[in-house]
Formats: sequence, C-alpha cells, structure tokens
Amino acid sequence: MDFDLTEEQRLLQDSVARLLADRYKFEQRKAYMKTPEGWSREIWSAYAELGLLALPFAEAEGGYGGGAEETMIVAEQMGRALTLEPWLPTVVLGGGFLRHGASAEQRSALVPKIARGEMLLAFAHTEAQSRYDLHDVATTAKRDGDGWVLNGRKVVVIHGDSAHRLVVTARTAGGQRDLKGVGVFLVDASAPGVSRRGFTAVDGHRAAEVTLEGVRVGPEAVLGNPEDGLPLVDRVVDEAIAALAAEAVGAMEAVHGLTLEYLKTRKQFGRPIGSFQALQHRAAEMMVALEEARSMAMLGAMMAEEEDATERRRHMRAVKLQVGRSARFVGQQAIQLHGGIAMTMEYAAGHYFKRLTAIDTMFGDAEHHLNALATGGGLITAAAA
Amino acid sequence: MELRFTEEERAFRQEVREFIDRNLPAATRERMESGRTPTKEMVVQWQRTLNAKGWAVPHWPVEWGGTGWSPIKRFILQEEIQQTPAPLPLGFNTNMCGPVIIAFGTEAQKKRFLPRMANLDDWWCQGFSEPGAGSDLASLKCAAKRVGDYYIVNGQKTWTTLAQYADWIFLLVRTNPNAAKQQEGISFLLVDMKSPGITVRPIITIDGAHEVNEVFFDDVKVPVENLVGTENRGWDCAKFLLSNERTGQARVGASKERIRRLKLIASQAPGGGRPIIEDPRFRERLTEVEVQLKALEITTLRVLATEQKNLGQRKPNPASSILKIRGTELQQAISELFVLAAGPYGLAGADPGADRLNEPEIVPDWAALAQPTYFNWRKQSIYGGSNEIQKNIMAKAFLGL
Repeated sequence: MDFDLTEEQRLLQDSVARLLADRYKFEQRKAYMKTPEGWSREIWSAYAELGLLALPFAEAEGGYGGGAEETMIVAEQMGRALTLEPWLPTVVLGGGFLRHGASAEQRSALVPKIARGEMLLAFAHTEAQSRYDLHDVATTAKRDGDGWVLNGRKVVVIHGDSAHRLVVTARTAGGQRDLKGVGVFLVDASAPGVSRRGFTAVDGHRAAEVTLEGVRVGPEAVLGNPEDGLPLVDRVVDEAIAALAAEAVGAMEAVHGLTLEYLKTRKQFGRPIGSFQALQHRAAEMMVALEEARSMAMLGAMMAEEEDATERRRHMRAVKLQVGRSARFVGQQAIQLHGGIAMTMEYAAGHYFKRLTAIDTMFGDAEHHLNALATGGGLITAAAA
Repeated sequence: MELRFTEEERAFRQEVREFIDRNLPAATRERMESGRTPTKEMVVQWQRTLNAKGWAVPHWPVEWGGTGWSPIKRFILQEEIQQTPAPLPLGFNTNMCGPVIIAFGTEAQKKRFLPRMANLDDWWCQGFSEPGAGSDLASLKCAAKRVGDYYIVNGQKTWTTLAQYADWIFLLVRTNPNAAKQQEGISFLLVDMKSPGITVRPIITIDGAHEVNEVFFDDVKVPVENLVGTENRGWDCAKFLLSNERTGQARVGASKERIRRLKLIASQAPGGGRPIIEDPRFRERLTEVEVQLKALEITTLRVLATEQKNLGQRKPNPASSILKIRGTELQQAISELFVLAAGPYGLAGADPGADRLNEPEIVPDWAALAQPTYFNWRKQSIYGGSNEIQKNIMAKAFLGL
C-alpha cells in the first residue's frame, strides 16, 4: 500500500500543472470559451507536445504508456484548471475503445494521428430515451454486404461537433434494451448520412446532436464483437468514470481553495467572514467531502484496471456515487460561502460549480448509481447465516 | 502508487484471522455478534491472549512490548479483531495512558505501569471531563495541591467510562489556579482507584446501561512520583493523548462487521411481505453507508501511509478529524438501520424477560438491542472532542480560518 506518486508521475503532474498555471488562467479560459470552437487549438498542441494525447496508448504503438494512475494525475490537473478541450472524449473514451476494441491495424492508423493532435474522437452513445442505461440502444446497424448501414439519433455527444471520428453504438440484434446485440462502430464524421448540430453545454464544453441516416461503413469500422459490444462499452465507460472522478477532485480542490481565500479576505461586520463559526464549519465539511472523493478517485484508478467486470462495475458505481455527492456538496457550499459574487459569470466559483454538476450528470448521476448498486447488493457481503 | 495490499500484508491478515479463530472463546464472539458489549472478564481474557502472542500493544516501542510493525500492518490486526468481532485491547491502557507514559513518563513509571497495562493486569480509566469542563476541557477545576511528597486531590470527574472496573485512573488536575493561561496550570496524575477518598457513582445512560460514572475525590493522597511529565505541563500530555485517540475512532472494521450482520438480519427480517433488505428505501440507505465507509477506509489507509512516511514527526493530520467525524456519523447511521430492521420488535428494550430464565425469548437478541444501541451511539459524536470541535480544529489548524 503506497499512495505516493513515482518520480515519473510527479514529473507528469508538474508539467501539466505548469502548463495550465501558465496558459489556463481563468481569464485565458474565458477567451478560449469565446472562440467559435469553444476551446483552444494551441493548448491542444501543447497537450500533444507533453504527450497527454498519447497518454494511455502503448509505447510500442507510439503512445506514452500511461495507465489509470497517469490518467488520474492528468485529469485532476485539468479539473483544477477547468479545461475545455476534448481530452476526455478523444483520449480516454476514444482511446479506450481503440485500446480495448480495435485491431492492431486500426490502432496503427489512428494512434499516431491522435498523439500528434490531428485526430479528434467522440463517443456517440446516449439517445433520447436511454438516460444512463448503457444497454439501451435504439440506433440500428444492419448488415450490408461485408459492411453495415447505421440509422439513429444520438444526443448530447460530448465534443461531437469537432470530432473526426465518432465511436457509435448501434444495435445489430435483439430489442432496444437487450444486453446482447450492441455493436460499436468507428464512423467517419464526414461520411454521407452523418449530420451534426453543435451547441455549448452548461459547463462550457461543446456537444452535438448526431443523426445517422443510412450511414454505410465497411467491416474495418467494427470495434470488438459486433454482436456483443456491451462489455467493451462498460469497460471504457468505467475508465471514463475514473477519469471524471479525478477531474472532479481537482475541481473541488480548486474551488475549495478559492472559497478559503475569499473567507479570509472578505470582511463584513468589521472582520473576515472566515472568523464566523457557521462558515468555518461549512468549510470544514467541504474538506471532508473533498477527501472522501479523493479516496474514491484513487479507488477508481485502482479498479479501472480490474479485469473482473462485475467487481469493476460495482466499485465504479460506488466511486461515481461518492464523487457525485461530494461534487454537489462542495459546489453548492462554495456558492453559498461566497455569496452573490459566485452567482456571476465573471467569477470562477460558478464555473467550477457548473462543471461539477455536469460531471455528476455524465455516465450516471449519484442517484442512478445508488439505485443500481443497491439493487446489486451493495459493496459488503452479508455475514454467513 | 500501489493501492493494493501487498502479498505479505495479505498473508499477515490470514495469519491474524487464523489466530483469532483458534483462540477467541466462542462465548465472547457470540456475545459480540449479537451486538452486546463484552464483559470485563472477556476483555481481560482476550487482551491477555493477545499479549501472550505479542499483539496487545503493537504500536508501542519494541522494548515495551511493541512489534515495530508498519501502521498498515497494525491496521490489519485491528481491523481483523473488529471484524471477527472480538474485543480490542483496552484503549485507556494501550492508546491513551500507555503512550503518554512512554512519551512523558520516567523510567520508573514505565517499568511499573507499562507491562501491567499491556497485560491488562490493571484496568485504567480516564479522568478528564468534569461537570463544568466538557468541550472546554482546559477549564477543569479538580485540584491537586502539593503537600510534602503528596498531591492532595479534591474535585469531581464525570463521564468516566467503566470506572466501576478500574484499578487506576489517569487524571488531569489543576495544580496552579493562578496561571496566566488555563492550559498552563494543569498536571497529569496517575491515581490508584483504591485510594481512600475516591467515590464512584454510576450514571445510567438513556440506553439503560451502566457504562459511565461520576468519580469524586475527597482529600485523596497521591504520591508525587505519580506525576507524569512536568508539573503544570499536563496539557501537553492531554493534547498528545487526544490526537492519538482520534485515529482509532474511525472503527472501520467494526462498522464492516455491523453491516455484514445487518445484511444477514435484514435478509431474514420481514418488511412489507418481503425481507426488509428488498425494500428499496432501506437498501439505498444501507448502500450509501457502505459507500461512505469505503471512502473512510481508504482515507484511513491514506492517513496511516502518511504516518508511516513521517514516522516520529507527530505532525497533526487534518484527516484525523475527518476520520472522527465520518467514522462516528457512519456508526450512528448503521445503528439507525438496525432500528429500522427491528421494526416494532425494537420496542422491547435491551433485556425483555431477562428474569425469565429457561423460557423462549420474547424478541430476538439483535432486535432487543437495536434501539438501546442506537440511543447509546449518540455519544459518539459527542466524545473524544465533539464533531463540532473537530470542525473548529480543522478550520483553525488546517484551513487557516
């Protein structure tokens, strides 16, 4: 048991922290958000230079060779800076599908481009009716010669507007909510039949509605088993949850720090408001919530690499539940302790609050995972009768 | 970073488990499984068994019976004892007074008291709180006046846990009523409970149990060699003791054991025509507790790993307050779930029909204990520095407020 970073991990953490401290101050972030794309291509290139876009890929395939711990380290720093770039969809989600579902040929075609920052990916999965159920897929993939034809509508595809390739889930067999019969396809976003309507999400990230009308893909587009792709989806989503947990910890830590600064400097009744016990206790409770989330983000990093899918899923639900609870609490308290200033777009606290809220909503909110975990028997087994 | 237990740590856990299974008397285990506190004899017997094995005071220096183990290894032992469930070594001896004597005591005091503490030859109790000194402990009044080779102690202590069993009491007393700061006039004394002038009066708590007491001191003579550390510097001992007290309060292993038991009970106890474990509301409340307990477990391990790194530095760790707050909240939440599981059976109280020997029980033991335990556990967020005091500590010491 050892919670310390290795020397190499510390270097990675420092280099990301330095880049973002230098080029992702809150005012700079505002400027990135105002560009038509809503994020920064220059920063994306800087990520590429640091190796962050190659992070999870094997060194032999042109990657950095990082694991779940490295993802945690980078995501936490991005959470602190509230970055807006499509790192999660491209590197964690897209990268996850390539690592676990793609053939060596598929990877060799894409990984170098991703690593150089020339290839963006997005996970086109959620549908109007599916909410957080990963198996609920109405989009269809019908065999057509040696390829497939896709039809359906995907909603709130994070960074779907800028992606070059879309990782699309589509039903190859069975009914809409069957566990079997979900296929995963790598679709060129510029292919005939693909249409996208982009928008800015609540947290400043970009997203898109993606419609697929008779989109034809070849056999090389298939990732994993086209008749049984759900285990692949589960696995990649679990990795994304681990990354989101770490990002949320970074965001919570930053907004907690911002709140403490404010409590020490803002004066009312002739003294700093941080001298009032009612506020001190809230600040202490924020710290409790933050440390709980940090512990669970570490559990997330550990379980992301667990091969037993049931164990992995069960623990990842616990991670997402705790992080969701903590994120909501810390975000709400940060606003309350600041007072009116945190209600304005001009001030960073509200932006942290929004990103933390968005993270709770991604891949299942706390209530969703609580329900699923409770139904599945929780974390602890009963004593023998 | 390595977040899994090592091969060696897992093997050690197995060794502990086997030792406990072989040596713990069945009566002790059964009594604790039912949710009752062990008797004095059970606690003494088991601590002597652990001490014979060399496991009663693993965190003490090796020369006084410690093992030199890592904090993680000690955590594993403690967790396995709690999970069995079996009695932990008596905290007043091993975690409170013992470490104070080790840190502040004389060689003579160490030789005289430590081996008997480790073996529970002497049962110690804690004389800190007074009717007028609760959270504001430094305002204590119980006075000790130096007369020749003795201190003469007069005053009252309260909430003295298991004083009715105790052979000795460690006391905070006021030796200088005129000190500039309250904290500067306090001393730490070791007092034989058989000394003339000591009266122990039971306090019956809302669960009906006799666990705590008032202790009165009326011209009690205490030899000066029973002063620990320097006169009027007893507050240093008290602060040291209280910071040691906190990490133990997370009681993760004990909570796990209670949840396992609760899950077994709830899969048998009826609730709306089905086992109550199938009630979605019950199940979700339970799951929330399990998840928070997992977070607490990892936070505890993080604290221990830091201790391992900063061995001997004795830096206060904000996490110790976090562990106290969440650990106690979770134990209280679990006790509430037992009340829910018991339903109307819970109305029976701790000992329905205790006077009806050889008759069928009126309600199952676990259900009878549900409400008394819930009542009793309200103490947890009050003792050891109330949870509000913990938040004050965090705000001042770690958040800079």
